[in-house]
Amino acid sequence: MLEKALTGSRRYGILVGILLALFGMGVYFYLRQLEYGLGLTGMSRDVSWGLYISQFTFLVGIAASAVMVVLPYYLHDYKAFGRITILGEFLAIAAVIMCVTFIFVNLGQPSRVLYVMFYPSLTSVLFWDMVVVSVYLVLNVITGWTVLSSVKEGVPPPAWVKPFIYLSIPWAISIHTVTAFIYAGMPGRSFWLTAIMAPRFLAAAFASGPALLILLCFVLRRFGGFDAGKKAIDALATIVTYAFLTTIFFVVVELWTVFYSQVPDDMEHYRFLFVGLDGYNTIAHGMTVAVIAAAAALVLLINPRTRKKDSLLAAACVLVFLSLWIEKGLGLMVTGFTPSPLGHLTRYTPTGPEAAIAIGIWAMGFLIITVLYKIFLSVREAAELD
Amino acid sequence: MAPTRREFLIIAGISAIGAACPPLSRIIAKETPSRGTHLPGAPGSAPALTAKRWAMVVDASKCSSDCKDCMTACHEAHNVPAIANPNHEVKWIWPERFENVFRAESHAHIQETVRKQIIPVLCNHCDNPPCVRVCPTGATFRRADGIVMMDSHRCIGCKICLAACPFGARSINFVNPRPFIRKLKADFPTRTKGVIEKCNFCEERLARGILPACVLACEEKALVFGDVEDPNSKVRQILDKKFSIRRRAELGTKPQVYYIL
Repeated sequence: MLEKALTGSRRYGILVGILLALFGMGVYFYLRQLEYGLGLTGMSRDVSWGLYISQFTFLVGIAASAVMVVLPYYLHDYKAFGRITILGEFLAIAAVIMCVTFIFVNLGQPSRVLYVMFYPSLTSVLFWDMVVVSVYLVLNVITGWTVLSSVKEGVPPPAWVKPFIYLSIPWAISIHTVTAFIYAGMPGRSFWLTAIMAPRFLAAAFASGPALLILLCFVLRRFGGFDAGKKAIDALATIVTYAFLTTIFFVVVELWTVFYSQVPDDMEHYRFLFVGLDGYNTIAHGMTVAVIAAAAALVLLINPRTRKKDSLLAAACVLVFLSLWIEKGLGLMVTGFTPSPLGHLTRYTPTGPEAAIAIGIWAMGFLIITVLYKIFLSVREAAELD
Repeated sequence: MAPTRREFLIIAGISAIGAACPPLSRIIAKETPSRGTHLPGAPGSAPALTAKRWAMVVDASKCSSDCKDCMTACHEAHNVPAIANPNHEVKWIWPERFENVFRAESHAHIQETVRKQIIPVLCNHCDNPPCVRVCPTGATFRRADGIVMMDSHRCIGCKICLAACPFGARSINFVNPRPFIRKLKADFPTRTKGVIEKCNFCEERLARGILPACVLACEEKALVFGDVEDPNSKVRQILDKKFSIRRRAELGTKPQVYYIL
């Protein structure tokens, strides 16, 4: 089926070309980082994780969200998702590959990456995260590819693939839970030291992932001649709405605990996140945008009339994605480190090369999505002609 | 040609004997060195200093604000690069103020001498170190005598230990540190870019029977090093007599650097 990615319309070729060029730019700057060291980025002794790890965290959520189409279809026989489960799985594949790449570029000694497997440390959440994320990638490749092959042959999926599909459901939950445990288990970082981190991550994932899937479905309808179906889009929009409301509820719960208990260390981080500390308010500005975007998205999503209108739903999905990308991306990361354990405020601003590497990895992810979705469309077309 | 049944059995038998034997290296070495045992000192040097549990007492009240003797001695002994950019700085022991070291204990009416006091901070060599718990490769580990060590050759530079340490005691080499080493010491390794480093309680000196560089460099004897499990040790004698506190003890990492102010 891979050969179907090699032919396509002129527009497909241009898109692939642009994404390849952006990816190439990322590779170029990564080679510079490899040469110079992580000093090429904006990370510092105090803010020792930045754009890379924040993108990793956000994208684990996108990967996990495939479960929101797989679960209703396979466990509840929700037929409307039948046409898009493969799209969800392919999105997960691209997201997981981006995650792994973001972890990789964050390493100071990338040539030693396999040490994680040669010298596994069972007490390390990072080790377990690597395990669950790679297994999840394999599960989605197996299920997505096998089911698409069956579509091609015009037969129902083989019975042996079912256990893999069922396993992928709890596994999706596990990848984001373990990712949350990376943060929620650190004694000295009060901003992350919260039991609600994993549920919050999952809720945010189930809003941002399906929001992206809706947008991708709209793109496929407009340019790929594939209609996911009104019912499927409506159901996805409902999922986004409830998951987004749950996310906001979880954030409010956090805020209440922090500001009613008035523990200074906890409050300090949230002050930094929402209003800034001592004039350092870049992150707070970002959060203002996130809050406004979230409010606008809520208005559009809660009202059924606006939610059911494609153009407004698309706008709402962009807003949901944007606000969660800010909140769970740099907001969560930088605030955990600011102020430092010694109370110092160290500014973190991603450098140009750092941003270029991140854009390169996103381009790589979108390239994978583009190619996989192209294969999906071509296989379907061919199957329908038969 | 495929082996005959007889040949196969001979090969299998010899392989089984080989597999059952201990590795040759172990037979030659006559013992298995493992983490936590002390390597004997180099020939001709004093016997290694050993302890059940190494610890340090920092009597910061003896520190004067312009003194950096301990820091200079440490950084020179360990080829720590002097990088001016604070974002990329590598620090093993460095000065901080009371309000930064003891944030929870700090208040508006703390006595002037304490408020202005310069306090040397370093790795606490915790008994329950979160950095060791989170490290995915075992590059950072705790010895039986309590020293929390870094294996620079094992470190992949993921920086999770920097996030896990509640004391900001760890540094990563954001750039190649070698050009920033002021005076290269040949008897201690330099590091490469991308790996994490921190205070090692001078384990390389203890192995040669010498006290840590910072302890010997301090003319005021503000830094005292010894076995906290030994009731007759110097650290225990001080802890028995004076009131001491530890940084962020409530987090349960069991820091083994005790402060007197």
